[in-house]
Amino acid sequence: MTALLEIKDAVVRFAVRGGVFRSAGSIDAVSGVSLKIEAGQTYGIVGESGSGKTTLARAVAGLHHASEGSILYRGQELRDLPESQFRKLRREIVMMFQDPIGSLSPRLSIKSLITEPFRIQGMKDRDLDAEAKRLLAMVGLPPEFASRYPYQISGGQARRVGVARALALDPKLLIADEPTAGLDVSIQGEMLNLLARLQDELGLAIMIITHNLNVVRQITDRVGIMYLGKLVEEGDTDTVFANPRHPYTLALLAANPEPDPDAQLMRIELQGEPPSILHRPTGCEFHTRCPFLQPRCSRDVPAWQLDGAAAHRCHFPASWTGSEVEPS
Amino acid sequence: MTVLDIRNLSVSYATPRGELKALREVSMTVPERSIVGIVGESGCGKSTLISAIIRLMAPNAQVGAGSVAFKGDDLLTLADAQMRALRGTEISMVFQDPMQTHNPVLTVGRQMMDIQYRDALSKAEKRKRAADMLALVGIPDAQARLNQYPFEFSGGMRQRIAIAMALMAKPSLLIADEPTTALDATLEVQIIKRLRELQDDIGCSILFISHHLGVIAELCDEVVVMYAGEVVEAGSVRDVFHSPAHPYTRALLECDPGHIKEKTRNLPTIPGSIPDMVNLPGGCIFADRCPMRFEACATRPAMAEARTGHKAACHLIKVEETA
Repeated sequence: MTALLEIKDAVVRFAVRGGVFRSAGSIDAVSGVSLKIEAGQTYGIVGESGSGKTTLARAVAGLHHASEGSILYRGQELRDLPESQFRKLRREIVMMFQDPIGSLSPRLSIKSLITEPFRIQGMKDRDLDAEAKRLLAMVGLPPEFASRYPYQISGGQARRVGVARALALDPKLLIADEPTAGLDVSIQGEMLNLLARLQDELGLAIMIITHNLNVVRQITDRVGIMYLGKLVEEGDTDTVFANPRHPYTLALLAANPEPDPDAQLMRIELQGEPPSILHRPTGCEFHTRCPFLQPRCSRDVPAWQLDGAAAHRCHFPASWTGSEVEPS
Repeated sequence: MTVLDIRNLSVSYATPRGELKALREVSMTVPERSIVGIVGESGCGKSTLISAIIRLMAPNAQVGAGSVAFKGDDLLTLADAQMRALRGTEISMVFQDPMQTHNPVLTVGRQMMDIQYRDALSKAEKRKRAADMLALVGIPDAQARLNQYPFEFSGGMRQRIAIAMALMAKPSLLIADEPTTALDATLEVQIIKRLRELQDDIGCSILFISHHLGVIAELCDEVVVMYAGEVVEAGSVRDVFHSPAHPYTRALLECDPGHIKEKTRNLPTIPGSIPDMVNLPGGCIFADRCPMRFEACATRPAMAEARTGHKAACHLIKVEETA
């Protein structure tokens, strides 16, 4: 069976200007990412700022051009697909953008915003009033919201409008870029519950981009951990959380303090800051910050190693025993 | 000794719709050499509280009542010149967004020397102090980096520079307004650890504002929980996080996905939304969202002691006592 979405060795490259009229070469914001998302599945992409997660998402949505590799949607190659053909696919692949208020045009009413997809796709036969009502009900907003404008609604409500607009055309794949960033914890839960409910009802696959590990643990089936444009660990969410192997995954988990002053914390702290992708480190690209650095790490690029329901790229994978991190 | 003692502080904003009561009878203390956290969601009054302490309030803000005592002096009645003398020396602040804290067209060294304008030191001495401070917050090669501009530093480094600048004059009170929200998780831990060490070295107190419960648990000694402009609970971090006495605190802790170990398709939420602070409901401020509401909630509860040093504004505490 072909997966709903299959990304193979995708590279997204940007040209870098170094001063006036002088090209300084290029950077690979996404540098050889492979993953599969099945229909109805939730896939989480985790990583820090600059790790390339949003670029990857935008490449899938056709907003960035992949320079190498392939992006297959139901077996169809999306890379190099002309915009006119991609537009038809946008009924099935939709994106929810990060900034909830900023992604809504301030001059359009909520009704215009959530029914815009019908107009763009030329579905003139639809009763837009009825559709607006249906979509608002679906995301749990009262029908009178149709006549409001973005400045009249709260951040949490704006997210719901974003969901309604994304789901207007009954898509198969929803790409959600940081769906909970900037929301209060009490509203975060509402948003995630809404996504989970809609997924059950509509059978849609969701690709979630986030840096919030708690969100990933709660709602995803599979997870990919990104660092400098590459996946370093990937697999079944429960497996990765129970037994993280890559030191970067461990560090991310350790950097997620629990709301309990007596919590037993994984004490693993990274030194320094992420290196620039203009100057990628040699060997394992994480070696400049890795607490378990060995001579080999700066020389050889680690290959994927399968470990149960997950895989990682590390020469010396560590393990978490529940109280201590043990380097191998 | 108490560094900061806020008593019954009420602040409101004049708006076209009427008076917006952003803070109502807020009381809290920050003891010497301690880290006190303030938690609360958007609209709870955290920012208004900070601006009242450093007296940098919006033009339409008005202090209705109360006092903000800093080492015994009421900041609200100080002359402008006296207040200005305190800011940056005795009370300093780290803001949320490290990208916008610094002047982009001046080198970091210049900015760090400029803020020492009060000290009668030579240029070389000021520069040395700036370099020492940078080294203290963990910026390698501090001497050379003084000549760089803010854009040459990453977000995590810029926030550390902001902390270095805030601590330069060895203040008695550092106010940190969500200093880590704009940073990545691994950098967040670095900053928190550094803050804790510096607080220890310098011996200052920190008022740490955050909506991230995990960070508060990790860093603070005491915590104050605010909801819709009121303090609803205060106590040691351990007491408040382990046995929350106010239903809002309980709900907030339950909502934090960091607390939920079992995977679920139905995360807990707090139904409803915060009340309109122009037309406040009578009685307990949390009543209309509270799962444990009963008749007494029609009147406003006073802060009551749940256990020594742990207080909450809830009628249930009295009920449990008499039961």
